[in-house]
Amino acid sequence: MSENNSLRFLKSIWRWFDDVTGVSSWLIPLAKHPVPHARKSAWFYVLGSATLFVFIVQIVTGIALASAYVPSAGQAYQSLTFISGTRFGSIVRGIHAFGASAMVILIGLHAIRVYLWGSYKYPRQMGWLTGVALLFLVLGMAFTGQLLRWDQTGVWSVVIAAEQAGRTPFIGHWLARFILAGDTVGGATLSRFFALHVFFIPALIFFFLGFHLYLVIRNGISEPPQVGRPVDPQTYRAWYSDLLHREGVPFWPDAAWRDAVFGLLVIGTMVVLAITVGPPALGRPPDPSIIQASPRPEWYFLWYYALLSVIPRWSETYVIILGPLLLVVVLVLLPLVAPKGERSPFKRQWAFGIVAFIVWMIAYFGTLGRLAPWSPRMNAPPLPASVVGTTSGPIAEGAKVFHDKGCEFCHMISGYGGIRGPDLTYAGDRMTPAQMETRIYSGATNMPSYNGNITPQQLSDLLAFLASRRRRPAPPTSASTAAK
Amino acid sequence: MTTDIERASECAACDETRRRFLSRLTLMLGSIVAAIVAIPCVGFLLGLRKVPRVWRTVGKLNDFQVGSTVNVAFLDSSPLPWAGVTARSAAWLRRISRSDFIAFSVNCTHLGCPVRWLPTANLFMCPCHGGVYYANGDVASGPPPRPLRRYPVRVQNDEVQILASPVPITTEKI
Ligand code: FES
Repeated sequence: MSENNSLRFLKSIWRWFDDVTGVSSWLIPLAKHPVPHARKSAWFYVLGSATLFVFIVQIVTGIALASAYVPSAGQAYQSLTFISGTRFGSIVRGIHAFGASAMVILIGLHAIRVYLWGSYKYPRQMGWLTGVALLFLVLGMAFTGQLLRWDQTGVWSVVIAAEQAGRTPFIGHWLARFILAGDTVGGATLSRFFALHVFFIPALIFFFLGFHLYLVIRNGISEPPQVGRPVDPQTYRAWYSDLLHREGVPFWPDAAWRDAVFGLLVIGTMVVLAITVGPPALGRPPDPSIIQASPRPEWYFLWYYALLSVIPRWSETYVIILGPLLLVVVLVLLPLVAPKGERSPFKRQWAFGIVAFIVWMIAYFGTLGRLAPWSPRMNAPPLPASVVGTTSGPIAEGAKVFHDKGCEFCHMISGYGGIRGPDLTYAGDRMTPAQMETRIYSGATNMPSYNGNITPQQLSDLLAFLASRRRRPAPPTSASTAAK
Repeated sequence: MTTDIERASECAACDETRRRFLSRLTLMLGSIVAAIVAIPCVGFLLGLRKVPRVWRTVGKLNDFQVGSTVNVAFLDSSPLPWAGVTARSAAWLRRISRSDFIAFSVNCTHLGCPVRWLPTANLFMCPCHGGVYYANGDVASGPPPRPLRRYPVRVQNDEVQILASPVPITTEKI
């Protein structure tokens, strides 16, 4: 067969296929559908498509991982150790993990862009609402995905999630047991989260994603907003179709190339990170009887964890239950209460404020969550002699008491210890031994009382040690007064 | 054929009623099918395994010294064969006299993190938000809303046994 002939043969196959399926009659108009000429703002349009691309990467890497992962409570950990031990397995895990972060970041940025531009207004309200559903589903994937790592943190995350659900009025106990899939963490727990992560949530994502994309095509992508051009539901559609007629450009390839460039950039970064940094390390095995555990969520939930840790205690249950609920209500109501009017953020300046507040909150509490000042540092080593200043006598004994009684886990001295309570590096400058004694005996909201839990000898050593913590050398009397 | 069409046009109203009946019938049949599939599925998912509570031996009587508090591990009430290490549970066990023991749940009553016993400080401390409990399990400071839960313990034939119990869930008092 000559080249010409084979080409003709291929063409005839395509013609036959197109005749019996009609693919080109809808695919070509779809690809070439006109979009507004976005000019300088064109790069703002790549966020949604990038989220979609990363989602596809997640499907592919997820399938690859699922082909070796064993969703069994007793063996998942070993199977992940095995996967991480192979060269490509470790890369695939890395891509999937960085992909999870990328999904959360991109869908967040996409939502921010849509919000700032007022693109949720008529006729795109359903686009926003399906997007909100997708946002929560992506967060659900992120949470269940972290659990599937099924190391110690995975197990304790389930327990903490169950305890949080347990705060729900009336059905709390039942909910908690539903999350645990029983009375305790056990054989049924992981399978449940596996089914959620691999079948149930993805199925919902496909549904809402399909709907979301259909709406993008049906209502058209929103044009960049302009000050003084409010949305009027009466006239918008006619005006928009006129706009497309006047200055629309075909999506393919005029807009699509930017999606491709940005998508490549994002996915390329993910792969490079997966190779250089690697997947998140596995913690200790998922044995609930190993109590040396300090579970922390991934960065995308760290701010929430931090927020729960710093709010006043009485408000805790309300925040746990009502916080997420309120978020859903606000996001759902947004396009319903503000379906028209100015879209430009320069006419809706509070929109900048709200976005800035959200970003600040996630960044501030995220950083705080990393530092976790509310967590005692239970691995703080005894104070070295260089800090104590002596190796014998009451001061040295007091330093030992400071560690043994757990004071050091919450109070820092010269860079050693926790930051739950006040730094005591210069305690001797701030308090008299009598004041210290009162505090040690009475305790406080966040400090246990040591009344009956410390011998007079230990107390006097401790006071001698604390009194010696000063900028200036201690006057000779204070330590001896303390000893009395 | 002609007769059919004639009959149809003769009685447009009957057609209307017939179609309304048929669409209702179709929707109803669909719902029935959905229900008979959904009921067992949802029931299966929601059905929590009712497990018997069983006593688990955690050691010989002589393994424990009076006054000391130690971490003991034991199996859940009904470990599934594939549960592996996740079927294990832990408790803090203290021998208070020749024959008396107290067993504390390791789960903090705040959000369930595993608390640790500090032998020299005589306190339980939670690594998550710094909840502290006194030796008897009462809240000393920090966020925990109530004392550490205790598990039933007994001594039988020289063996110390703990009643394997559900993870304690702190619920709201309403
Ligand atoms: S879980 Fe123990 S203090 Fe919060």
